[in-house]
Amino acid sequence: MKILVCISHVPDTTSKINFTDNNTQFDTNGVQFVINPNDEFGLTRAMWFKEKQGASVDVVNVGGPETEPTLRKALAIGADNAIRVNTPAKDGFQVAKELAKVAQDGSYDLIIAGRESIDYNGGMVPGMLAAILKANFVNTCISLEVEGNEAKAVREIDGGKESVTASLPLVIGAQKGLVEESDLRIPNMRGIMMARKKPLNVVEPVDSNQATEVEKFEKPDAKGAVKLIDPDNLDELINLLHNEAKVI
Amino acid sequence: MSVLVYTESEEGKFKKAALEVASYAKEVAGMMGTTVTAVTFNAEDTADLGKHGVDKVLKVSNDKLNNFNAEAYADALTQAAEKEGAKVIILSQSANSKYLAPLLAVHLNAGYASNVMALPESTDPFTVKRTAFTNKAFSFTKFTTDVKIIGLSKNAFGLKENQGDAAVEDFNPELSSEDFSVNVTNVDKARDKVTIADAEIVVSGGRGMKGPENWGMLEELADTLGAATACSKPVSDMGWRPHSEHVGQTGKPVAANLYIAVGISGAIQHLAGVSASKTKVVINNDPEAPFFKAADYGIVGDAFEIVPKLNEKLKEFKAKNA
Ligand SMILES: Cc1cc2nc3c(=O)[nH]c(=O)nc-3n(C[C@H](O)[C@H](O)[C@H](O)COP(=O)(O)OP(=O)(O)OC[C@H]3O[C@@H](n4cnc5c(N)ncnc54)[C@H](O)[C@@H]3O)c2cc1C
Repeated sequence: MKILVCISHVPDTTSKINFTDNNTQFDTNGVQFVINPNDEFGLTRAMWFKEKQGASVDVVNVGGPETEPTLRKALAIGADNAIRVNTPAKDGFQVAKELAKVAQDGSYDLIIAGRESIDYNGGMVPGMLAAILKANFVNTCISLEVEGNEAKAVREIDGGKESVTASLPLVIGAQKGLVEESDLRIPNMRGIMMARKKPLNVVEPVDSNQATEVEKFEKPDAKGAVKLIDPDNLDELINLLHNEAKVI
Repeated sequence: MSVLVYTESEEGKFKKAALEVASYAKEVAGMMGTTVTAVTFNAEDTADLGKHGVDKVLKVSNDKLNNFNAEAYADALTQAAEKEGAKVIILSQSANSKYLAPLLAVHLNAGYASNVMALPESTDPFTVKRTAFTNKAFSFTKFTTDVKIIGLSKNAFGLKENQGDAAVEDFNPELSSEDFSVNVTNVDKARDKVTIADAEIVVSGGRGMKGPENWGMLEELADTLGAATACSKPVSDMGWRPHSEHVGQTGKPVAANLYIAVGISGAIQHLAGVSASKTKVVINNDPEAPFFKAADYGIVGDAFEIVPKLNEKLKEFKAKNA
């Protein structure tokens, strides 16, 4: 099985979010970048297929040279090859088009992307990629088994889960639950050394048309101070929730 | 040229999110000088849609569509959009809507903006305000495509009644066998429980609850409030609660009207996922817990004493205000 894992390069979850250039650009100053957590669950599942069933695992990112350390980290975790599409990621549609080209060129059986990236939270790349490829698609995937050409997956739905079957080629939107958190891997020294020798291919973009543009960013208003309520006066809380906040 | 909405129903009944999408669409249609058309799947009584601003209903009746199916629903919505010449399509942000919206976007070569917070800033150019960086910021996003798809965040707009009768038209989209190539083999859904996605009130517990055996009091509180239960990440990692209840940056986003956090410290990753909630109440025995900085109302004290007392008081309040 040939697996492609899409890797988004995102600010670490503890990052403070700031903007520059008149609030039009994300301020990367002092920000640590990581593999998007949803993608990491997908990458870990791909490693399981590689080790238990025999599969090759390529990783791909659409972005400038600054994303290469993130791809190297995916190689250190155990991916075989990395591909970087040399263009900034502008919006989900553009990214999906670039990924689709890589997916087509590589004839992958299984394509794993994260349900959403934790920076722009678009939640669109996996679905768009599947639709462009005319491949089957399972979103919010929390379990995946592949036997020959057939996949069995479980996806999370509001208030429960749903089991599905679909044939390959298949695109999934991965998320927490797909593998146990304790199975996520931290690259070890050997992995890091090997990653240096693994190929990181840079390919040029095919279509940079985007469907949406960010005009500017804004930060939420600073919050007013918390109203502290005496634990012996819970009636006051109920009163405030009813009359002031009007939520009960 | 109407604004098209996908109105989700369950067992024939519209979800509140569907009526919210309709209410919002009415306003957008007003800004654009056009009308609202809703597409329904196997829903009989469409009167509620008329009451929330829908002018016309395209009613799909097809047993094959009893179970949600992203591909088939996207295909049907594509045909509806083409038939109506819709330039703006609006969906909720339920798990199912989030599943089908990107497919629809490719079919229609449309831009898609998810997590939209408010009415468009302008319709020419078409610009919307959406959350980004898991609620740590907003982004003003401009569409560059002819057709635009909007995913409206829950509780961002609310319901708005617009007395009216929607005209109903039967609609039979052509579906292909490829639309049914992902087959549902089993659905496992808690029927009587409020889900985080639908809840207006969420009662959430953290590591401060000490163990799964102590969740009874949170469930009782949730019961009294008609709320869903949720938890912080370590709680689901330790298996005290199911993964599906984990909220935060790497879990579920919560945009409830009221979020009650019990024994949760308020780490940045947790806050990011819940900050879109309107009112936040924090119960924590550590006055230095960072969650107090993000909360509207706080109680410093032991959850094990406060929660049962609060539940009793709320029951009394409910009885009096019923
Ligand atoms: C990559 C990454 C992603 C993450 N994503 C998420 C996420 O999506 N969601 C999330 O929640 N976390 C996430 N985290 C974890 C996050 O950093 C915190 O560890 C977590 O939110 C802490 O959970 P907690 O508040 O339940 O536990 P703790 O930090 O242990 O806090 C427990 C709180 O309970 C209070 N307490 C104890 N006893 C009582 C009592 N008797 N009465 C009242 N209060 C009491 C304590 O004062 C304390 O404030 C992520 C971490 C990483 C590294």
